[in-house]
Amino acid sequence: MPVSAFDIIGPVMIGPSSSHTAGAVRLGLMARTILNQEPMEAIIHLHGSFAETYRGHGTNLALVAGLLGMGTDDERIPRALDLARERNMQVEFVTADLGDVHPNSAMLELKGREGLSVRVMGSSVGGGRILVTRIDDFPVELGGDYHTLIVVHQDQPGVVAQMTTLLAAAQVNIAQMRLSRQKKGAEALTILETDQPVEGAALDLIGRLRAVSRALAVKPMA
Amino acid sequence: MAKGPTVKELLAQAGELGLSLGRLVLRLQAEELETTEQALRLKMLENLQVMRQAVVEGMTGTRRSMSGLVGGDAKLLEERRLAGKSLSGDVLARTAARALAVAEVNAGMGKIVAAPTAGSCGVLPGVLLTLAEETGARDELLLEALFAAAGIGMVIASQASISGAQGGCQAECGSAACMAAAAGVELAGGDPVQAAHAGAMALKTMLGLVCDPVAGLVEVPCVKRNAAAAANALLAVDMAMAGIKSNIPLDEVIWAMDQIGSAMPCSLKETAQGGLALTPTALQVREGFLGNRER
Ligand code: SF4
Repeated sequence: MPVSAFDIIGPVMIGPSSSHTAGAVRLGLMARTILNQEPMEAIIHLHGSFAETYRGHGTNLALVAGLLGMGTDDERIPRALDLARERNMQVEFVTADLGDVHPNSAMLELKGREGLSVRVMGSSVGGGRILVTRIDDFPVELGGDYHTLIVVHQDQPGVVAQMTTLLAAAQVNIAQMRLSRQKKGAEALTILETDQPVEGAALDLIGRLRAVSRALAVKPMA
Repeated sequence: MAKGPTVKELLAQAGELGLSLGRLVLRLQAEELETTEQALRLKMLENLQVMRQAVVEGMTGTRRSMSGLVGGDAKLLEERRLAGKSLSGDVLARTAARALAVAEVNAGMGKIVAAPTAGSCGVLPGVLLTLAEETGARDELLLEALFAAAGIGMVIASQASISGAQGGCQAECGSAACMAAAAGVELAGGDPVQAAHAGAMALKTMLGLVCDPVAGLVEVPCVKRNAAAAANALLAVDMAMAGIKSNIPLDEVIWAMDQIGSAMPCSLKETAQGGLALTPTALQVREGFLGNRER
C-alpha cells in the first residue's frame, strides 16, 4: 500500500464516510471504466454493512455517482439519483449475500449504451481505497492504484508472451500480472498492472492479437 | 509491505538536517513521489482551502445529516463564544466550534478533507486554523504544519492503523488528535522533539476509545468526538510548549494503540454492535431512520 502524505491528509471528498461514501464512488467509477461505456441499466447488489447502512451513508448515491463518472469530491453526489434519472439511467438496488467477502461489498450488474454488459464485484477496503474482486466470472484483484491493462483472451500458449513482448517494446514495465481462467483452453482474463500507461500502438496491437477479444487500459484512480 | 520510518527515525533525521518536522516530511515526500516541494505545497494548499470552506459552510448551521441527528451545533457554540460567554475560553471554544463545523459538513454529505479519515476530519482544521490565528503564522507555515501532521499520520498508518474498523476510534479521532498536537507545536514554534511529546500526550489520552457509531452512521458520537479530540490536542500543545514531556515515547504509544486495537472486540470496531450503538436510544434511531432491511 503506497502511503503518501495525501493518503493521510486527503482525499478531498464528499462525506460522510471514506469507506461507505468515497470508496463507493470509486467502486462505481471503476465499474463504469471496466464497462468502458456509459451504463444504461444497473442492478446493484449490496452486501453486509453496505446493505445495512447504505441510506444513512449515501452509499447508494455514491455508487450511482461513480457510475455517472463522478469523482469522490463531486458536489453533485447527493443528487446522483436524480441525475441518473435525467440521463435515463435505470438503477435498481437489491440487498444480497455475496458470500465470504469484505463487509463493504457490492456487485454491479451493468448494461451499457452501446450494448456491452459486465458484472463487477468489489469492496471498499478502508480510507476510500477499493478492491475489485470479480469481473464477470473471473476472480481478480484490482485496486486501481496503477495503470492497469485488462485483457480478455483465449487461454492458449503464447498469448501472454505476445502481450509482454509488445509491452516491453513500448518500454512499459510490468509491476504485477495475474491471469485467471474458467477452465483450461477456455476464455481467460489477464490483468497487468504497469508503471507506465499502456496507450497508442501498444494497446492497439494487443487488442488485435488473434487470441484477444478485448483489451482495456485503465488509468490509476485519483 | 515495507514499514515506513518510526517517529524516532524522523526526529533523528530532522535533528541531523536541522529541519522542522514539516520541512523534513516535505523533503522526503518530494523524493519519494519524484516531484518538487513546491508542487507538494500547492497540492496541500488545495486541501487547506477545502478545510477553510468546510469551516465556513459548517458555521452556517444549515446542513443536516442524512438521518437528521446532527447539524447546527457548531453554530450554537460559536454564538456563545461570540457573545463572550464561553467558560472554557475563547481559543478553546473557537477550536472546538470549528472541529464541530467540519465534522457536521461531513455528516451532511458536504465537501471535506479526510484527515486522516472522514469521521475525524474536523480535528486538524479546528486546531490548526485556530492556532495559526493565535500565533499569526502565515499559510506557508500552516502548510508545513500539515505536512508534519501527515508525517506522524503516515507512521501511525504503517505501524498501527488509522481505521476505526481495525483499531477503534482511538485510531481515527485519537490519531487526528496526535497529528494535530504535533503540528500545533510546529505552528507554535516548538521543535520536533516537543512536537513528538505533544503527539504522544494527545494520543495517550485517547487510548482505548472504541468505535461505536449509532446506527453505523458517521454522526453520533463522531461529530462531538472531533471537538473533544481537538480540545485534547490543544492542551497537549500547551503542555509540550511548557516543557512537559511524555514519559512514554510516541512510537511506543503508537505500539500500545495497535495492541489495544487488536484486543478490542469486533463489536466495538465500527460494526455498531456495541457501546453507544446498542443503547436503547441508538436502537430506536436505527429503527426509525434506517428501515431499509425489509426492502
Ligand atoms: S466513532 Fe467510529 S465512525 Fe465515528 S469517528 Fe470514531 S472511528 Fe470514526
